[in-house]
Amino acid sequence: MKKLINAPDSVVADALAGVAAAHPSLAVDIENKVITRAGGPTPGKVGLVSGGGSGHEPLHGGFVGLGMLDAACPGEVFTSPVPDQMLAATKAVDAGAGVLHIVKNYTGDVLNFQMAAELAADDGVEVTPVVVNDDVAVQDSLYTAGRRGVGATVFVEKIAGALAERGAPLADVAAMAAEVNERSRSFGVALTSCTIPAAGKPTFELGDGEIELGIGIHGEPGRRRAPLAPAAELAAAVMDAIHADQPLAGDLLVMVNGMGGTPLIELYLVYNEVHKYVTGKGARITRNLVGNYITSLEMQGFSVTVCRLTDALGQLWDAPVDTPALRWGR
Amino acid sequence: MDAAFFRDWMTAAAAAVESQRDHLTQLDAAIGDADHGINMARGFGAVTAALEQKGTPTPGSVLTLAGSTLISKVGGASGPLYGMALRSAGKALGEAPDADLHALAGALEAALAGVQKLGAAREGEKTMVDALAPAVSALAKALAEGTPADGALSALAAAALDGAQATISMQALKGRASYLGPRSVGHEDPGAASMALILGALRDVAAQRAP
Repeated sequence: MKKLINAPDSVVADALAGVAAAHPSLAVDIENKVITRAGGPTPGKVGLVSGGGSGHEPLHGGFVGLGMLDAACPGEVFTSPVPDQMLAATKAVDAGAGVLHIVKNYTGDVLNFQMAAELAADDGVEVTPVVVNDDVAVQDSLYTAGRRGVGATVFVEKIAGALAERGAPLADVAAMAAEVNERSRSFGVALTSCTIPAAGKPTFELGDGEIELGIGIHGEPGRRRAPLAPAAELAAAVMDAIHADQPLAGDLLVMVNGMGGTPLIELYLVYNEVHKYVTGKGARITRNLVGNYITSLEMQGFSVTVCRLTDALGQLWDAPVDTPALRWGR
Repeated sequence: MDAAFFRDWMTAAAAAVESQRDHLTQLDAAIGDADHGINMARGFGAVTAALEQKGTPTPGSVLTLAGSTLISKVGGASGPLYGMALRSAGKALGEAPDADLHALAGALEAALAGVQKLGAAREGEKTMVDALAPAVSALAKALAEGTPADGALSALAAAALDGAQATISMQALKGRASYLGPRSVGHEDPGAASMALILGALRDVAAQRAP
């Protein structure tokens, strides 16, 4: 597997140096692995912190900026960051109005963020966590670690970020984040696995004619293997899974997200199928994203995230944002 | 067993994890995201470095420092869980300059309790608990029967190894492997495998020091 790296052990540090050089709007602490807004916290504003393993770019560092995150903590590739990072980020963004932790529902993320929140509380910073668990591929039951946090993370960060930017209090920002999570569902399909730099070979093997349904974002296998099929059928399988869990109705925000290795021409093709499906169910897509927003290294595939909008959510989505990965309204 | 013994144990654990790093990664590729070997090697490498840099006058302080280092360096679920295990064990050993076999057994029981409290895993859910719990039981049984140290620690290590093997037929109910449901069956749990390595290192260090 050919990769554009210097050495497996320095991938994250080297990439963070690139992020720092490319984006003066960000303050990148490479040693401690924390990315914050270069301008510092906004007095009286709730601080938004998220984080997770590296390898999902632009999530989360690419979403640090006005109208979205105040800090992102990148871990090693596909590995949750450590409490030290989240604690440093939390203290850096504390502007007197408390801090929201946006936590994707993976055991590691949850445990590390939990530890950090306890340490922050010891230091007098009020932290409220919100867990994102929008993936319909995993059953939320006693028999699993619960539903994974995937595409809705982007929606939560944008919409809660917009509310925080308006000066709303922590409880309201947390409630909004939880509402976005509750109104969102996701499902993904992979055509290939991906290769972690230090592992040197793909995490799992998919034959030429095979796809994996119900994938996560860490290169792990999904719900089941299936034969490759035309995009219309794959899109229908994805939308069927979402619709079965939370019926499509009303105004929707839809993201057709590339897993990292799929070209934009294919993502738009998939979006066409998704759009037809949604219209066929009598719902309307009023806002959308098509592109790479929450990736899994070079995995080929796509995920769809659907959020049932309200007027309030729609307005917050439209609110100005200025980050490396999302920029509008200014 | 003095602080030097426990430092040797941690160093041996680091060596074991480093030498088995690809194997652990492979196990984690089958039912996870292929980073367990890399993460554990990095974490225990940092433990060795920390033990060289900081003074650890007691067995408890060795394990507490190791646990804190793992929390700061490993990430994922393994960092907090292994970190909690070692910190709980270190706390149980207190300030004593020496630990006998009974104290060690008590420390490992505390480690198990700490892991189960944090991760909420019970036996049979295909996790590190499936290596640690049988090991703790085997050690307790050996002590109750009056088995001398080397026999008791052999029983501990063997039970951990057997426990890790037993995870092969289990369906994962915790962690990333649980997303696979029935597809997780037929694969050894990487956390149980690494736990067996760490407890095996404990037995090895004791055996090397035996008169």
